[in-house]
Formats: sequence, structure tokens, C-alpha cells
Amino acid sequence: MKIDSIISGNTFVIHLFGDVDHYSTEFIKKYIYDNIIPDIKNIVFNLEGVEFMDSSGIGMVLGRYKEMSEKMGTVALVGVKGNMERIYTLSGLYRIIKNYTTIDEALKSIKLRDGVYE
Amino acid sequence: MNKMEIKFDALSQNEAFARLAVSGFLLYKNPGINDMEDIKMAVSEAVTNSIIHAYKDGGTVRIYCEIHENEFMVTVEDYGKGIEDIALARRPLYTSKPHEERSGMGFTIMETFMDSISVSSEKDKGTKIIMYKELK
Ligand SMILES: Nc1ncnc2c1ncn2[C@@H]1O[C@H](COP(=O)(O)OP(=O)(O)OP(=O)(O)O)[C@@H](O)[C@H]1O
Ligand SMILES: [Mg+2]
Repeated sequence: MKIDSIISGNTFVIHLFGDVDHYSTEFIKKYIYDNIIPDIKNIVFNLEGVEFMDSSGIGMVLGRYKEMSEKMGTVALVGVKGNMERIYTLSGLYRIIKNYTTIDEALKSIKLRDGVYE
Repeated sequence: MNKMEIKFDALSQNEAFARLAVSGFLLYKNPGINDMEDIKMAVSEAVTNSIIHAYKDGGTVRIYCEIHENEFMVTVEDYGKGIEDIALARRPLYTSKPHEERSGMGFTIMETFMDSISVSSEKDKGTKIIMYKELK
């Protein structure tokens, strides 16, 4: 598991690479706690570089969604594909967390949403 | 018939090893990429459950695989605390650990990605998951 990130306004864009399982979600959570700043209220997970993800990944994304919701923010995904898409649908996660084709698209929709909420 | 057995410590760093060991064993059958990915997903769920739920102070996970023609079987077994109510545990979204960011989807994923699954468990003896899939 490799993690990269950038901050864009009040959104934390996190690029994940490799396998997202129970073991690596512990790293991802720690990475977020270590690197997040108080202003951030949204997270975009870029999953284009993810080769494998199981239910631990679903739980991790939901956990971050709950935290961002408390700040009136949200979580968005980019590049959900293959079996990841099947568990994303199966778990019902798709109903609350949207998947976008590009990071720009995700950021645009978050901006629009912010405009409505502020 | 071809078979394979591994035993390893119930530690989360062994999850990737478990997935790769099972998919590596299957490789000579030239399975489709979809079958391979489905099996990795199901094995990951079962192994993660043994690691997270079965033990308080560590233990062992055993994986046993058999291939007959195109029929693949994988058993994931632990010797931990067991599941008291299997029907409840298998219900979609049920988790005994909601505070630990579990989604309760493990069994549902195993059922969806494999052709069939059987669960047997005994309190304080352990849990055994047997899953089948026909390779295409
Ligand atoms: N090997 C096991 N030993 C003891 N209890 C288990 C075992 N496997 C599953 N369980 C019990 O069954 C429940 C449901 O398991 P399932 O994998 O569906 O969900 P989860 O592990 O809680 O969440 P998720 O898999 O989505 O991360 C668990 O919460 C746990 O109580
Ligand atoms: Mg599970």
C-alpha cells in the first residue's frame, strides 16, 4: 500500500495504490489522522491505482464519511471498478458515497455542494 | 486431484499472503481473471474474519484447498471463539463490531462471489468456512 495526497481548498484528495484490506486500512486511517488539518471537511479517495479492495475498505470509507458528515462535509470516490464496484453496490455504499470518473469531476461536485450548504 | 494446505499466525499482515498463496496455487489451471479475483475476495473475507473475530491473544489460521477437474474448494479454519448464532452472523450488514468500522458485509461477499459456502462453528472450538467455485 502506497499513499499520496494533496489538499485542494477544504478537500483532502488521497491517492491509494495497491491493496486495500484490513491490514492496509489501519495505515490509511493513521495517514489521514496524521495529515488532516482542521479546515478539511471533505475527502476524495482516488482508487484508480487500487488493485484489490474488500469489506475492510468499505468500512474505512464509511468511517471517514461519518467523520466528514459531522463537519457537514462529504466523501467522494474516483475510479471504482471491477470487483470493487460489485462490493460498492452490494453494500449499498453507492447510495451515500458517489463515484466519479475523474478527480476534477469529484471536486466540482463537492464545490457545488459547498455552495449549497454555505 | 491436487491439494494444498497452509497454516499461519492470525495477524493482519498475513492477509495479503493468504490471498496470494491461494491464487498462486490456482494459477496452473489458467483460471479466468474474474474467477481469480472472486476467489481472492472470498478468501480475504474469511481470513480477515478469523484474524479479527476469532482470537483475543493470537492464534492460527489454516487454509486447505482442493482442485478436482474444474471444481475448486477452499476451507478457511480457525480455533478461536466460534460463532454463536450463524444465521445472524450471515445476515447482510450484521456486525458485532460496528464501533471498529466493520460493515458486516463479509459473509454476504463470500456468498456472492463463490458458488456455495458452508459455515460450521462451535463455541470456543473455532469456525470453519468451506467454499466452492467452478473454474471457467
Ligand atoms: N471466524 C470467526 N470467529 C468468530 N466470529 C466470527 C468469525 N467470522 C465471523 N464472525 C462473526 O460474524 C459477524 C459477521 O461477519 P462478517 O464478515 O459478515 O462481518 P464483519 O466481519 O463484522 O464486517 P466486515 O466483514 O464487513 O468487515 C462478525 O461481526 C462476527 O461477530
Ligand atoms: Mg468480516
